[in-house]
Amino acid sequence: MMDLLSGVTPGALLNATVQGVLLGGLYALFAAGLSLMFGVMRLVNLAHGDIAVLAGFGALVTVQATGVNPLVALLLVVPLAAVLGYGVQRGLLTRTVGPSPLPSLLVTFGISVVLQNILLLGFSADQRRLPSGDITQRSVSIGSINVGVLPVAIFVTAVVLLGGLSVFLARTTTGRVIRATRDDPDAVPLMGVNPRHVYGIAAAIAFASVAVAGVAYGTTTSFTPSSGPVLLLFAFEAVIIGGLGRLWGTLVGGVVLGVAQNIGAAIDPAQQILAGHLVFLLILAVRPQGILAGRRAVTA
Amino acid sequence: MSALLDVQGVGVRYGDFTALSDISFAVAEGQTVAILGANGAGKSTLLKAITGLLPPAQGRIGFDGLDLAGVPAHRRVGRGIAMVPEGRRLFASLTVEENLLVGARSKRSGPWSLTSIYEAFPLVAERRARRAGDLSGGEQQATAIARALMSNPRLVLLDEVSLGLAPVVVKQVYATLPRIAAEGTTVLVVEQDVRQALAVADHVHCLLEGRTALTAPASDVTVADIAKAYFGVGVDDGDSGHDGVDDEGVVP
Repeated sequence: MMDLLSGVTPGALLNATVQGVLLGGLYALFAAGLSLMFGVMRLVNLAHGDIAVLAGFGALVTVQATGVNPLVALLLVVPLAAVLGYGVQRGLLTRTVGPSPLPSLLVTFGISVVLQNILLLGFSADQRRLPSGDITQRSVSIGSINVGVLPVAIFVTAVVLLGGLSVFLARTTTGRVIRATRDDPDAVPLMGVNPRHVYGIAAAIAFASVAVAGVAYGTTTSFTPSSGPVLLLFAFEAVIIGGLGRLWGTLVGGVVLGVAQNIGAAIDPAQQILAGHLVFLLILAVRPQGILAGRRAVTA
Repeated sequence: MSALLDVQGVGVRYGDFTALSDISFAVAEGQTVAILGANGAGKSTLLKAITGLLPPAQGRIGFDGLDLAGVPAHRRVGRGIAMVPEGRRLFASLTVEENLLVGARSKRSGPWSLTSIYEAFPLVAERRARRAGDLSGGEQQATAIARALMSNPRLVLLDEVSLGLAPVVVKQVYATLPRIAAEGTTVLVVEQDVRQALAVADHVHCLLEGRTALTAPASDVTVADIAKAYFGVGVDDGDSGHDGVDDEGVVP
């Protein structure tokens, strides 16, 4: 490890760590919805990354058509994603609910393929990026480190979103019903609760949150119709590192992944993604239950 | 006597297996009725048919004069049917109070609220902040009954409330039933513990292999009568060839 880091100055290491933490916020945004859907209905949505990309294109179309800022486009894209989530869950995924995880995996994999190809038809394979004005260039200096305003804003968004979701699940009537349905979906009808509706709400929240992630991603990096699977992979890694089904675990997992990738990039820019995967595999080997496992979970 | 619950010729099948066939009985408002029978007699299946978790293949279930056919389980609570399911089925990660609040989801008005529940169930009140999964069996059962009452039901179905509980705890749980009946709530108890059921019920209904084996006012039957209907054989005469459906008081 020390040998690897020999070419990296302490300043560069600190910088990589700070940037990695901020990147972790974006990964947490991606992972939150995946974690929620798995936690509540034991469903792994393989189209999760593609929904983010779809939201990115949705924001792109909105920005191009109206000239508004991507932030304003969120006001349209996020509610649409929520409606789509509710519709997909109640119209399609509800039929896959059962003891076997296979039907839902196959169906969401199918949705992923279909979505990628629809986007490819509509937008070609070109790389796109959401125009976000000069905020992408703006940064503030803290000591020797330059911190971009946009990554900080995304990180804060992730913390606020996760905090909001935690409070929603812990304190509201709907949140309580979601947790009850997660505990025993067969018993909630006896309380007058339709579990299919509850699952629809959970999917709506998941799609809405990943739409935020997709738009945030689109403002920081270029994306194509086939970006979804990689984003899904990062979200997966964040979820597993943090602890399956644990909401705040997605932030912990996202930060660990982001820091690993950025330190990897500081050592060798070509190895950024590999470094993230290696740390993921290492954690899977030594602590497969995830960092936050053992704590009382909100969503699992 | 107008029936609150009217079960007419109900049959339920699981695939090729007939779990219940041609069950008919009526429960008047305010009555406490016990459904007795051995394991596999179809008691739980009958309750599932009433709550809508398992739609009957034949027959009709009427509630307050209306046919329940086609009414999904989650809409029956709003009409006033609550159930304490077998095995309690509490929401383990939720606190006791949260369990009660989920029970009040149907927003029916009536005598039961958090305040009146805590007054009637001091044990539940004491544990209100505990996670339901951390409670003892008896505490869980009391919480499950309290949760069902939170919907202010007209009819509450209790499925095997004594199962897995120590006799002294069963007694405590059963001690709450008169309090429920005192609010005018109709109670349907499914039970394997015959003595306990006879002590609280106005009327008993015995099932044997998916059919009605005995139906009578609780004051008119003895444990021996029920044992006969229960096993389909006389207990004392030891006659295993006797099919037990031609005795006095037993409905063919």
